[in-house]
Amino acid sequence: MEIEISKIVEKMAPSGIRAFFDLVLNMKDVISLGVGEPDFVTPWNIREKVISSLEQGYTSYTSNKGMPELRKQITGFLKKRYGLDYDFDNEVLITVGVSEGLDLAMRAIINPKDKVLVPEPIYVSYGPVVELAGGTVVPLKTDITSGFKITPKQIDQACTKGVKALMINYPCNPTGVSYSKKELEAIAKVVKKNGLLVISDEVYDELTYDFDHTPLASINGMKEHVVYLNGFSKAYAMTGFRLGWVCGPKKVVNAMTKIHQYTILCASIDGQMGAIEALRNGFNSMQMMKKEYKRRRRFIVDSLNELGLSCHMPDGAFYVFPSIKSTGQSSMDFAQNLLKEQQVALVPGVAFGKSAEGYVRISYASSYENLKEAVARIKKYLAK
Amino acid sequence: MDDILEILSNDSRISPEEIAKLTGKSVADIKKAIKKYEKSGIIVKYKTIINHDLARDAGSFVRALIEVSVSPQKDVGFEYIAERIYSFPEVTSCYLVSGTYDLLVVVEGENIQTVSNFISSKLSPMENVRSTATHFLLKKYKEDGQVLKNTLSGKRLNISY
Repeated sequence: MEIEISKIVEKMAPSGIRAFFDLVLNMKDVISLGVGEPDFVTPWNIREKVISSLEQGYTSYTSNKGMPELRKQITGFLKKRYGLDYDFDNEVLITVGVSEGLDLAMRAIINPKDKVLVPEPIYVSYGPVVELAGGTVVPLKTDITSGFKITPKQIDQACTKGVKALMINYPCNPTGVSYSKKELEAIAKVVKKNGLLVISDEVYDELTYDFDHTPLASINGMKEHVVYLNGFSKAYAMTGFRLGWVCGPKKVVNAMTKIHQYTILCASIDGQMGAIEALRNGFNSMQMMKKEYKRRRRFIVDSLNELGLSCHMPDGAFYVFPSIKSTGQSSMDFAQNLLKEQQVALVPGVAFGKSAEGYVRISYASSYENLKEAVARIKKYLAK
Repeated sequence: MDDILEILSNDSRISPEEIAKLTGKSVADIKKAIKKYEKSGIIVKYKTIINHDLARDAGSFVRALIEVSVSPQKDVGFEYIAERIYSFPEVTSCYLVSGTYDLLVVVEGENIQTVSNFISSKLSPMENVRSTATHFLLKKYKEDGQVLKNTLSGKRLNISY
């Protein structure tokens, strides 16, 4: 029988990248700068809390929205940290990572023919979740001349008929770029003018190094425009627990909860237990990890620039996004050759959109020793 | 803790050039700061943590933690007796502590006999030492913040978005 796959799904997934990933995963003794997660293990107090919750028999479903205790912790935390007011009962949903939040948000708001503004380069799932929901992506291309930032003018000009929402991720995977409060205020202005809903993925918020992170929802008058996504993966090194949250207008959160209750039911209870502990007692561990990332960031940016791979200083996350244009190679060729010749893995820019060609993503969530060795190997590769 | 001290406390062999890269300061500033720390005694010494269990060498000493109760003396308190004790080369650490005893003394020796001899012939008979309780150390799990076994690594995939 000829099985027919959904047209939308068939169109997805850049096959070249997948082949490259398979190559990396099957190779031994690789120094990897290609990883999108912390190199720290989840802090012990969080792991210990999860272990004891299992011992106590916390193995059941939780409420669809997530445990009330966790939702209260989150709203309390957001109030204290950012002055944000959310009602834990109506405006919060616990998700299986921010990835689920992105998908839910799109499915909750998109009708056929709706368009969504998506910056480029951007995290790989943004385009697909819009398309899976039946929407159309309108890319907002950025490059090094704008510092990989979208501008209010660009958003305004892209707001043609049918544009319903804007997705944004800051600090950004893959560029590490973030926005200051002033820049966000300017973006907020055009968002309000055009009546957009913004899906704001701020999962790297705690890893902002040179200024204080400002949630878009905390800008005056923006709360009703923002679906605020965040999670525990990056700040607390909890990627494998798959735990995120959504805060937003009641109407949207309700709609997202509807989908979530049918497709997911609830996030895992051990992840939620760990998350409660993270918010209660995880701050110091998080600060320690942040300090370490900040040091490595300086090291890697300096080293790459010295090698002639021009590289801006990222504001946050744990990625740098150097240009490899000086080598004359495509990002895919560069990544493949570097892997084969020097066993260093990184992600070719093209994975994050066509406008990221000529760049590669390097993750500095790797030990200092590894980074040093990787730089030495890249140097060897370039000298050839 | 100061950034430079924190980096050095984790890796004393790191070069000033590397510290400069990690902190964003100039190499000259780093060298100057380290000199200052060394001079003022903030940096006492650069040491190596060795796992003697693995080395199985002459360095695999017997170690004992000794709780020592002493009578403090007029004017000098615990200082005099502490100095008398910590001046022995066998003593690797010596702390004044609160609680049911006064000094926590760490003693190292080649074997149980040498450590016992030190305690019975030097430490216990000392004037002002009222009593001792000796705990021979059986296994070191963690020292100076460092877990003394090869921790598992490489559980992450080599590549992910």
